Amino acid sequence: MANHSEFPLWEVFIRSHGGLNHKHVGSLHAADAQMALEHARDVYTRRMEGVSIWVVPSTAITASDPADTDPFFEPARDKIYRHPTFYDIPEGLKHM
Amino acid sequence: MRDFLLLLADNTQILGHRLGEWCGHGPELEIDMAMTNLALDLIGQSRNYYQYAAELEGAGRTEDDLAYLRDAREFRNCLLVEQPNGDFAHTVARNFLFDSWHYFFLQALCQSNDERLAAIAGKSLKEVTYHLRWSSEWVIRLGDGTEESHSRIQDAFDNLWTFRGELLTPAPFETEAASAGYGVDLHAIRPLVEDRLSDILAQATLQRPEDGWMQSGGKTGRHSEHLGYILAEMQYVQRAYPNSVW
Amino acid sequence: MSTQVSLEERFQARIDAEQKIEPKDWMPEAYRKTLIRQISQHAHSEVVGMLPEGNWITRAPSLRRKVALLAKIQDEAGHGLYLYSAAETLGISREELYNELLSGKAKYSSIFNYPTLTWADMGAVGWLVDGAAIMNQVALCKCSYGPYARAMVRVCKEESFHQRQGFELLLTLSKGTPEQRAMAQDAINRWWWPSMMMFGPNDSDSPHSAQSMRWKIKRYSNDTLRQKFVDMIAEQIKVLNMTLPDPDLRWNEERGHYDFGAIDWTEFNEVLKGNGPCNRERLAARRKAWEEGAWVREAAMAHAAKRQQSV
Repeated sequence: MANHSEFPLWEVFIRSHGGLNHKHVGSLHAADAQMALEHARDVYTRRMEGVSIWVVPSTAITASDPADTDPFFEPARDKIYRHPTFYDIPEGLKHM
Repeated sequence: MRDFLLLLADNTQILGHRLGEWCGHGPELEIDMAMTNLALDLIGQSRNYYQYAAELEGAGRTEDDLAYLRDAREFRNCLLVEQPNGDFAHTVARNFLFDSWHYFFLQALCQSNDERLAAIAGKSLKEVTYHLRWSSEWVIRLGDGTEESHSRIQDAFDNLWTFRGELLTPAPFETEAASAGYGVDLHAIRPLVEDRLSDILAQATLQRPEDGWMQSGGKTGRHSEHLGYILAEMQYVQRAYPNSVW
Repeated sequence: MSTQVSLEERFQARIDAEQKIEPKDWMPEAYRKTLIRQISQHAHSEVVGMLPEGNWITRAPSLRRKVALLAKIQDEAGHGLYLYSAAETLGISREELYNELLSGKAKYSSIFNYPTLTWADMGAVGWLVDGAAIMNQVALCKCSYGPYARAMVRVCKEESFHQRQGFELLLTLSKGTPEQRAMAQDAINRWWWPSMMMFGPNDSDSPHSAQSMRWKIKRYSNDTLRQKFVDMIAEQIKVLNMTLPDPDLRWNEERGHYDFGAIDWTEFNEVLKGNGPCNRERLAARRKAWEEGAWVREAAMAHAAKRQQSV
């Protein structure tokens, strides 16, 4: 049970239909990118769940820190002028 | 036509059966799942052929009657597919020898003048394109992996090489099928198969074994001892409880 | 924010508010440990669970049954994989988890230490064992740990055909010859009590339950889920026109539930201790697969390294 034989971890992203974004669906183990792609096909698209697959080494992902939640996401909260409902327009005005 | 269909059906059914034996015992979960996918594709293909053969017979028999109630001497599959799984290298080598033939065979079968056969071939070809890719990549990985994997896969090819000739040597019913236009001319696909074999073996840094004496007989029902055991297992429930619906 | 609440209190508050905990969030060490234990046990159960059914792949009596069985067992490999991945987000590797299983340190569901003796067992396992498992799993779709909950959603979606597959198989046997009917009844008799035990000890004897419920990594008590299972199966078996091996089973109008007999926990504890009919061979099969796969995995890694160098 040699340690060096453990396949590294990959994250799998799948486009479920043409026109949609790739979405994270899970992870798996594979020795290389090619194998990861094929494993993703065999593991995550057995029920026609996808038309396109991305695989990314898990170690290549940089994630935001939960401790940064406030400085990262809070400032957007009060910028309501970015949303259309912030603006008053006369009733009856169409197509806007 | 019946023998030709049974050849295709039995080949895929028996190889699918062998791959099914791996389920739960693969070298890693992902690889286990990949092999089950191959098995499911192959058994699915065999059902298409059995169903067609049963319909042509017109005797009210079903796919299961053909799969479960014929004895070894009536099976038409090549000797290669009934060979035991052995280690993972043997399974990979066996699959690769089969896939590299199957792929070009199906490509040609898509041109069959029998519409139903051409349609089955077309559908199967998509699956087998993936099978060939899977087994080719594993041949290369094992051949060009570690010393141990290299010697295991080389050993597997050395052992299985003698069964490869049968794939490309037509039985009388295949010659008839080819000349009637619904079958495949094996001589025509031979160079394609040989090229692919040489190419992948070279990439895998493997020695191509000598083309010595080739075993044959499967297509005409003279099998290795292994098939009897496969059928003993496979057909046991049907035989022990005859005339039952499962 | 201004009042000094402890991390632990804040954590519990998030859980009480039905918020999901994600891998990088702060969590009590005991929560992490309990989750690793629970998720990996679950993963091991899926993977070991492939073996009793795998036993019948080569003997499946029709091609249709054979592909269904293969697909179902393959799903179990997938479920094991999803669950190992969920456990890995907690900072433990799959290989470490395997080692715990193979060394006998980690547990898996005892049900898989029973043998599958006839083809009807494929029906009983699908209907009863998967039926019991799915009760647990549906509840876990709402568990507090995000990766586990998401894995469960995926598992439940895929499992939905498993129980039907088992029931349909038994239904076919129930409409068949006397031998087939007897085979089906025998399988139900053998699998009923072990399935009931899958929900774990009675609530009064379940040591970890209270904390796990508070953490919402367990959403219903063992006895609640077991009762739900009995109520479901007791109705479904009427369609099969068969019986459950429990003379005390009867509808209780007052409770609105089925009453059932006492479970023989002596057997359960023995199987748990490793004395089930198949404990040794199940582990031996997994160990063999893992050990014989070592050179394959090493080769793939060696090849990947070579390929990377040559780029």
